[in-house]
Amino acid sequence: MNQPTPSHHPVLETRGLTVRFGGHVAVNSVSCAFHAGSLTAIVGPNGAGKTTYFNLISGQIPTTAGEVFLFGENISKLPTPSRTRRGIGRAFQLTNLFPFLTVQENVRIAVQARAGMGLDLFSLWSNHRELLEKAEYILEQVALTSQRYTQARALPHGDQRKLEVGLMLALEPEVFMFDEPTAGMSVDEVPVILDLIKKIKEQGNKTLLLVEHKMDVVRELADRIIVLHNGTLVADGEPEEVIASPIVQEAYLGAAPDKSKGTR
Amino acid sequence: MLNSLFSGDFPRSRVLTAMLIITFVGLLLTPFIFPGARAMNVGAKICIFIVLVAAFDLMLGYTGILSFAHTMFFGIGAYGVAIACDKLGPDWSSVLIGMGAGMVISAVIALVISLFSLRVRTLYFAMITLAVASAFHILCSQLGEVTGGEDGINFMVPDLIHPSTQLAEPFFGVEITGQIVAYYGLFVFALVVFLFILRVVNSPFGRVLQAIRDNEFRAAAIGYRVVVFRSISTVLGSVIAALAGSLLALWLRYNGPGSTLGFDIMMDILLIVVIGGMATMYGSVIGAAIYLIAQNYLQDLLKLVQADVEGIPVISGMLHPDRWLLWMGLAFIICVYYFPWGIVGKLRMRALGIK
Ligand SMILES: Nc1ncnc2c1ncn2[C@@H]1O[C@H](COP(=O)(O)OP(=O)(O)OP(=O)(O)O)[C@@H](O)[C@H]1O
Ligand SMILES: [Mg+2]
Repeated sequence: MNQPTPSHHPVLETRGLTVRFGGHVAVNSVSCAFHAGSLTAIVGPNGAGKTTYFNLISGQIPTTAGEVFLFGENISKLPTPSRTRRGIGRAFQLTNLFPFLTVQENVRIAVQARAGMGLDLFSLWSNHRELLEKAEYILEQVALTSQRYTQARALPHGDQRKLEVGLMLALEPEVFMFDEPTAGMSVDEVPVILDLIKKIKEQGNKTLLLVEHKMDVVRELADRIIVLHNGTLVADGEPEEVIASPIVQEAYLGAAPDKSKGTR
Repeated sequence: MLNSLFSGDFPRSRVLTAMLIITFVGLLLTPFIFPGARAMNVGAKICIFIVLVAAFDLMLGYTGILSFAHTMFFGIGAYGVAIACDKLGPDWSSVLIGMGAGMVISAVIALVISLFSLRVRTLYFAMITLAVASAFHILCSQLGEVTGGEDGINFMVPDLIHPSTQLAEPFFGVEITGQIVAYYGLFVFALVVFLFILRVVNSPFGRVLQAIRDNEFRAAAIGYRVVVFRSISTVLGSVIAALAGSLLALWLRYNGPGSTLGFDIMMDILLIVVIGGMATMYGSVIGAAIYLIAQNYLQDLLKLVQADVEGIPVISGMLHPDRWLLWMGLAFIICVYYFPWGIVGKLRMRALGIK
């Protein structure tokens, strides 16, 4: 998981990645490589296939055709948990937490997954201080320390979004996939997440993918933008150049994105 | 010390603590404060059902798995001991062989069922287990040479736990017979197994089970192989059910389809879980105690009350001892209505200030 990767070797790569739902091609032969230290924004109108593209990479749905490579290994046939343990991290567009566990337990269960301690049946959960400290550190980063004993289902929406990101951080992945992390957040909460994304990027060795509709956010964070349209990759390049291209202008100025729906 | 004994999972409510202490002391002293075979029988059954229901709750309350095969495993453990003692003679090695065989067979069957069907949805899993359990029930009723068919097996147990064995001088007026030894053996065994399950649900593994119950999709997404965890939970719950079955057979010196496999026993388990409260191990203690006492003594209580209302038309009919099931049903409905999280759930929430 931690092998050094020369920058010309991509950390993550998809080749001809395709999925078909009935007659509908949701992701259509997408080939793209992502390198360590880079943040790639994935944009496109609603229903373009961005979330589905993520689902194919992290293994939530099986591919119809094409492959996913992580550090050169073909992971296309691996189940989700194996991909996660190899370093793929995912924060979901639709908040996806453990509702009856507390905020602290939510993060801790992810920290424990990273530590590979799930099959310990006989020690006391409350005795593992190292896991608890790590969880506390992550709660601090997502500004949820004061809510640590609240059940996840009782959190306000913005805090649930932060916890969603916290669960991914706890996994210490190599690849971070953010799916509209700030959607529905209040203005004063957004910087917590954006600063966090910047901090991860500054580490220099992580690979970040970000689905985001807000162009100002994309402009601020991304090194590169790819555009999906009807499941097809239609543009790929420097942010300024892509934003100025007719296809993005049309997609974003033609119809304002509607964030109320989506798939996880 | 206390913390690791209770796995850091304390009752967290004064009323609950008091109820648990009363149950514990009550069970501990049953042979001395409630003399007679009947009280001891109820006490022993409570101990066995605490374990049986705790194992069921490990699967249902903590993992979100509904298995109707729980009584099948209960039966396998009971048949293991019954057949071994019957065929190999009433000594401790037969008991151990029977118990061991029951547990191993249960583990294998539970594993096979898990691997074949835990990927499917909860309801399908429940139906598959129901089918397997029904088939097993019929099989046991038919295989007369091995299981004794409908009549079951009466067998001898080692002298130490045989009721007719006199072991010592009377103690506080109670004769120390093999039955007393059997009772306390059962009591200690149940206590240890209960504390073991309490530990499992409060281990790192136990929290993963809860996470899977809450959101299996996300549990897989953060790296847990859901099927593995579910299978371990099912196997563990089933093996403990078999152990409880062995204890029951030893206590009754008998096993047959009616005493361990019947669907009424499955209903008892479900009712105890609901009354006591799901996903709290203490729920099985409180639930089993209340339910079994009611089941065994409600009729007596009604008999007493009826004597006083003799002659009053409707009321005397309502309070007829044969109506005990009606009252039990009513109590159950009221319980579910007022304590949807069970008695223990309610007490804990109240102590934590959650309404
Ligand atoms: N499991 C599925 N079964 C059938 N169709 C699906 C499934 N998942 C996604 N789709 C369809 O695939 C298309 C792409 O959906 P996707 O959620 O990937 O879009 P998106 O780009 O993430 O959109 P948004 O910006 O609204 O989040 C949509 O038409 C959607 O209805
Ligand atoms: Mg989406």
